[in-house]
Amino acid sequence: MVFLVVVLLVARAIYIPGDFGIHGTFTYNFYRQANVTEWQSVPVKYQGRSYCGSCHQRNYDLIMASPHSVIQCENCHGPGIGHPDTVKKLPIGNSRQLCARCHTYLPYPASGRAVIPGIDPGAPHAPTGMECYDCHNPHQPVPLPNS
Amino acid sequence: MSDELPEALPKEPTGSISRRDFLKKTGWIAAGVLAPAGALELIFGLKGASSAQAAEAATTAQTVPHWQFLVDANKCVGCGFCVKACKLENDVPYEADASRTWVERHVVTKDGVSHVDSPNSARDGFTTPDIDIGEGKTLQINPEDIAKAFFVPKLCNQCNHPPCVQVCPVGATYKGPDGVVLVDRTWCIGCGYCINACPYGARFFHPVYHTAEKCTFCEHRISKGLLPACVQACPFAARRIGNQNDPTDGVAEVIATQRVEVLKAEYGTNPQCFYIGLDSEVR
Repeated sequence: MVFLVVVLLVARAIYIPGDFGIHGTFTYNFYRQANVTEWQSVPVKYQGRSYCGSCHQRNYDLIMASPHSVIQCENCHGPGIGHPDTVKKLPIGNSRQLCARCHTYLPYPASGRAVIPGIDPGAPHAPTGMECYDCHNPHQPVPLPNS
Repeated sequence: MSDELPEALPKEPTGSISRRDFLKKTGWIAAGVLAPAGALELIFGLKGASSAQAAEAATTAQTVPHWQFLVDANKCVGCGFCVKACKLENDVPYEADASRTWVERHVVTKDGVSHVDSPNSARDGFTTPDIDIGEGKTLQINPEDIAKAFFVPKLCNQCNHPPCVQVCPVGATYKGPDGVVLVDRTWCIGCGYCINACPYGARFFHPVYHTAEKCTFCEHRISKGLLPACVQACPFAARRIGNQNDPTDGVAEVIATQRVEVLKAEYGTNPQCFYIGLDSEVR
């Protein structure tokens, strides 16, 4: 019996890290303390638009002066981690589906969608071989003169 | 008969106890009672906090942030950029139907029926008026039948009394010093108790790590002074984060002084994710 207890305590001392224990209350703060640092040191992937603007000044100025200024570059172009060092090119992200995220008309007056210009992404706005960006510049969106 | 009596007599005093035995047994019992407390101290490091430790804890309480989340459901348009950013930022497999955060669409028709969907956790936004009713089927709703319709972003509430933490049998999930509930992937055994315990359905199994997975408020970003990926990605400021321990924090001030609502307050979880414009339809 005593031998078993000693074996268990020795095994525990080897297996369980020293920082595992109560750091606050037993109910909510019983954990391995180094794990907090592990979570905090996860690499940051989305860099934010000022990082993009430090090189792509022209497009940055263009979109920041437009109604699309609220949209982060990386929302369409993907996370900037590793760019430009290891990831040479980020996706352009100009599919109809991307525009449709906000510009699909939905009959929901109580939602924020109601204040955004909306279309039906199907016919007649889905002619073959044409994309939204063929007429609308996502960095400088302006209503078409004949619309 | 009379011969047997002397033999039986010595057996009678078995219940009696000598002074020496009494002291010995008392000693063992006392040791036995005290041993578990000593073992607890040995195993868990349970010690009464000294006054110096208490003072230290009070100082850290002021300098360590306590994160709170503020969702303005009125502003959400259901674009789903928050979900896309979250999945890519936090290595949740993009094609897996699992996400740390999601956006719900609530469509209440005039007959009082509530239609709720969140296709692919709204990773690609809401690009059709048809409601996703599962198994690849959709439900068409006549726009004239709609009484009200809106979007509600959801994420982990980082409860101050998290049920998910209480049920963890191995100490793998915990409330960190800044109020964020985290999962220790090296410690999680994947039993799934926490996934069942969460009243908000905020937890799931990570398809790659095979451990419990949840929103961390982007702990790796907020601890560096950055915004969570979903907050940064939201074009309409429907998602905001604040620090309750910072007296100059505008978001924390809104939570403290304006009319805000939490989800499932009746569960007593004390959620730290607050909502503006929440409808009673939303649970």
